[in-house]
Amino acid sequence: MKFSEQWLREWVSPALATQALADQVTMAGLEVDAIEPVAAEFTDVVVAEVVAREQHPDADKLNVCQVEDGSGERVQVVCGAPNVDVGQKVPFARVGAVLPGDFKIKKAKLRGVESRGMICASSELGLEEDASPGILVLPADAPVGEGVRDYLGLDDHTIEVDLTPNRGDCLSVKGMAREVGVLNRLPVEGPAIAPVAASHDETFPVRVEDADCCPRYLGRVIKGVDATAETPLWMVERLRRSGIRAIDPVVDVTNYVMLELGQPLHAFDRANLNEAVVVRRAREGERLVLLDGQEITLSASTLVIADERGPLAIAGVMGGEHSGVGAETRDIFLESAHFSPLAVAGQARSYGLHTDASHRFERGVDPALAREAAERATALLLEIVGGEPGPLVEVADAERLPGDREVLLRRERLDQALDKVLDGEEVGEILERLGLAVESVEAGWQARMPSWRFDLAIEEDLIEEVARIHGYNRLPVRRPQARLGLEPDVEARTPLARLRHQMVARGYFEAVTYSFVAPELQSTLLPEAVSPTLANPISSDLSVMRASLFPGLVRALQHNLNRQQTRVRLFETGLVFRGELDGLHQVPMLGALVCGARDPEGWNGGKDKVDFFDLKGDLETLLAMGGEPEAWRFEPAEHPALHPGQCARVLYRGEEAGWIGTLHPAVRAELGLKVDAVLFEVRLEALTQGQVPAFAPLSRYPEVRRDLAFLVDAERPVQALLDTVHAQAGEWLVDVRLFDVYQGKGVAEGRKSVALGLTWQHPSRTLNDEEINHLVDAIVEESRLHLGAELRA
Amino acid sequence: MDHLPTLVAEARDAVQAAESMAALDELRVRYLGKKGEITALLKGLGKLPPEERPAAGERINEAKQALSQEIDARRQALEKADLEARLAAERLDVTLPGRGQPSGGLHPVTRTLERIEGLFTRVGFDVAVGPEIEDDYHNFEALNIPAHHPARGMADTFYFDATRLLRTHTSPVQVRTMKDQEPPIRIVCPGRVYRSDSDLTHTPMFHQVEGLLVDEDVRFSDLKGTVEDFLHAFFERDDLSVRFRPSYFPFTEPSAEVDIECVMCSGDGCRVCSHTGWLEVMGCGMVHPEVFRHAGIDSERYKGFAFGMGAERLAMLRYGVNDLRLFFDNDLRFLKQFA
Repeated sequence: MKFSEQWLREWVSPALATQALADQVTMAGLEVDAIEPVAAEFTDVVVAEVVAREQHPDADKLNVCQVEDGSGERVQVVCGAPNVDVGQKVPFARVGAVLPGDFKIKKAKLRGVESRGMICASSELGLEEDASPGILVLPADAPVGEGVRDYLGLDDHTIEVDLTPNRGDCLSVKGMAREVGVLNRLPVEGPAIAPVAASHDETFPVRVEDADCCPRYLGRVIKGVDATAETPLWMVERLRRSGIRAIDPVVDVTNYVMLELGQPLHAFDRANLNEAVVVRRAREGERLVLLDGQEITLSASTLVIADERGPLAIAGVMGGEHSGVGAETRDIFLESAHFSPLAVAGQARSYGLHTDASHRFERGVDPALAREAAERATALLLEIVGGEPGPLVEVADAERLPGDREVLLRRERLDQALDKVLDGEEVGEILERLGLAVESVEAGWQARMPSWRFDLAIEEDLIEEVARIHGYNRLPVRRPQARLGLEPDVEARTPLARLRHQMVARGYFEAVTYSFVAPELQSTLLPEAVSPTLANPISSDLSVMRASLFPGLVRALQHNLNRQQTRVRLFETGLVFRGELDGLHQVPMLGALVCGARDPEGWNGGKDKVDFFDLKGDLETLLAMGGEPEAWRFEPAEHPALHPGQCARVLYRGEEAGWIGTLHPAVRAELGLKVDAVLFEVRLEALTQGQVPAFAPLSRYPEVRRDLAFLVDAERPVQALLDTVHAQAGEWLVDVRLFDVYQGKGVAEGRKSVALGLTWQHPSRTLNDEEINHLVDAIVEESRLHLGAELRA
Repeated sequence: MDHLPTLVAEARDAVQAAESMAALDELRVRYLGKKGEITALLKGLGKLPPEERPAAGERINEAKQALSQEIDARRQALEKADLEARLAAERLDVTLPGRGQPSGGLHPVTRTLERIEGLFTRVGFDVAVGPEIEDDYHNFEALNIPAHHPARGMADTFYFDATRLLRTHTSPVQVRTMKDQEPPIRIVCPGRVYRSDSDLTHTPMFHQVEGLLVDEDVRFSDLKGTVEDFLHAFFERDDLSVRFRPSYFPFTEPSAEVDIECVMCSGDGCRVCSHTGWLEVMGCGMVHPEVFRHAGIDSERYKGFAFGMGAERLAMLRYGVNDLRLFFDNDLRFLKQFA
């Protein structure tokens, strides 16, 4: 909300400079966002009267004017504005004046005619951003010779306050003044508002069908207005300084009163109202052309102002075009109503609208204000557009108006909450200054809320008010007390932080990518993935929830490759989203991607590219952290994003826990990547599981090692051989080393040699050759039978 | 026997001239070995008259000992020279970089979150997390933000359908914790949150840490103390000015925004603090009774405070990052600065 400092100071003017005033209200919870001067700096511009105007002899578009500027002499000035005319009072920059932008006014000759000064447009004085075509015409009673800054009160500021949604009561000069009065213990006084006596008795019937939504509706017919009258400059200026553009005098008055008092008003063209004004819910599908020209289809939840023919306006949001006031309007019907917050809440938004009226009604407008505002607007209208006021008609349902709210503030509760015992008088006084009717009772204070404070309803609200006005920063500071009770801790679980730190130790940088990704990217990588789609994404390439960490990691890779970063090692942890909204799984994952050289380029290598086994080795260090590496398996499998020959499903205790593999060459090509990348992702829930170490005594007896080289089909996974070894080697096998895998010369085509080093050790005796030979025979025999493996000579 | 002096002199010269351990060994064998020339003299003693034998024997033994020492000395000299030669040959340029995988680094947001979690867990807070796709109830309703409440406009929400959405804050985790757990409750809730806003200073996803403490006799002063301590600890500045400014959140009352003295200009006013000298860093307040009611906690018996802050904002202030969007580009040149 923007308002003029001068306007506020007419109501209440504490002895504080602008910045100090702003700081004060900020610290009271009404945060000042900006303080802007209402006009740019300029000097020596005075009110002058144009006393003569002639066409410039050598220029069609220039006028040669004589002005009286109070100096006693007539001054000749050449003016290009089309609207300059004799008799006008105008802002006149004398020779020597400095206009905004350090523009100095000097004596000049324009096409041979001397010009001593300049008649100014409002943009030239820094009053408006966009240049209006003509000069600023001042009111006829402007005193010639007076400085324009003084005359227009331009040494003023627009103060913009970012109000929180609970403080709808401050959305007016009156409301802000009330708050400033409370903070400075000053009385607040606005313009006197008296009922306007009716000069005829014509009324217009009002029927309220939904009194819950509209418990009070006031209307008045004003006949014979001159809607072509001009809004006075002082009002235009105040509106401008409050961020509202003047439109026409009737609308300007309703806006002015809304800014002044906080009550949104609406004026209808009486001629376009039929039979009666009806406040009712819209009928589904009814249509209405709004003031801004757009046609909307109303829904049944919307409260409208209608007549017997159909809707005229969305109640508390925006009027309709047809019933609006225009230059031809002769009679107006002025509406000043109280719509309940619930009746208006969400309505504007549902039509893509946000108006000054809806903003106020949604937050709550003082229900006691409607009459005062109607009288104020009537008086201003009569002043500006003339006309004959009729009686102010009120339709109200007292039962449905917000009732008196009473709250008991308990002394004990206040003291405890604030941790400070405030003087009882101070508390009572703060509440009274805020407009509460306070009665001291034994427990504390019984208080009745003022009609404008919709946000005050419970004891905590009053505690906050007392704390706020007393000052948060004057309240004490202490530290919470707690019992030092130890909490259980599951040792078998590996904390996520340890996994992250392990990845860092293995040379990875942590990435944080958006949880929503481009649907095309996701479907390129995971054509089958189902994940929720946002109804209102910020852009189409951030519209579908990631079903995997792969899309984000691949995007991050692309980003880096495009910036000459060719060696990329990234990991990320976070949720992936799998399934439809119903039955959705939000699964925490850890994923990684490597690309480029295995080692950084250096004096000692760094030429080799990373491959599948580099990443697998890094993943295995994570898998080992739970202390049960044997619970994990890698099995050859296919994944749409991964190379079918370089891809494994990662199993934890027999269940799928993730995937690892090289990016599929076809996918890579589709993504426009020129280099290989290897990726994995594994469920965090599996990675963090594990077991507590269980000690086994160290054997004092010698180890026995046998090395066996098997020839098996090249296609046969080594895992099968290892499984056979483990199954047959007996309980004293303590270690298996896979120390060579070879294909080529000396090994038959389609076969490979796999060399294993097996180590046995018995805990309590020396093993003899015979029993080891026995075990080796069993391994060899079983491998031959089931795997077609033969021992290499 | 008479040629002993000559023999010894000859042997000495030979030893001095020996250039290798092998040559030295040869000389030892030649003179002192079982069949060595000096050993032969000892063996020849028997041929001397008995009265001459002791004196001759003594002379020969002396010569033998002297030569033996000579050889040992020469061996030590040779060994020393050998070692020196080897050391010289094995000299490395120790200023060459080491071998192997250099370590990576945590994302600055994680670094910040871990630090914040650490500060709070050390004094007895637990870390709690929850789902990111939430329902209207946990994200709004249970936090005293009913449908159409103007406060819903405070955070632009990403929706999936009428009731399901991306959480706009981590407060739903607080709701879930309060429903599951009896007071006392002390938690911090770090995590990703989402708001449909994207410009220079907003990204549609960012991270929050919220804290919640519920117990008997919790006061506004406890909140102030916790927040002040936290900010002092986080910025490692005990003299950092902190102020509490009344504000509004539907789920707390009283509510406050917390400002700190600008850490960039020490409060003098700069671009970062919009020349106010203050930086808004977090929101906080006492838990609203309506939130307790939804969570099934007796608000007459228990009180609580909650606070929430943006991790990126704190990371930016702490590390001097000037562009929020850098956090989500994952540019290695950026990430490497936080390793």
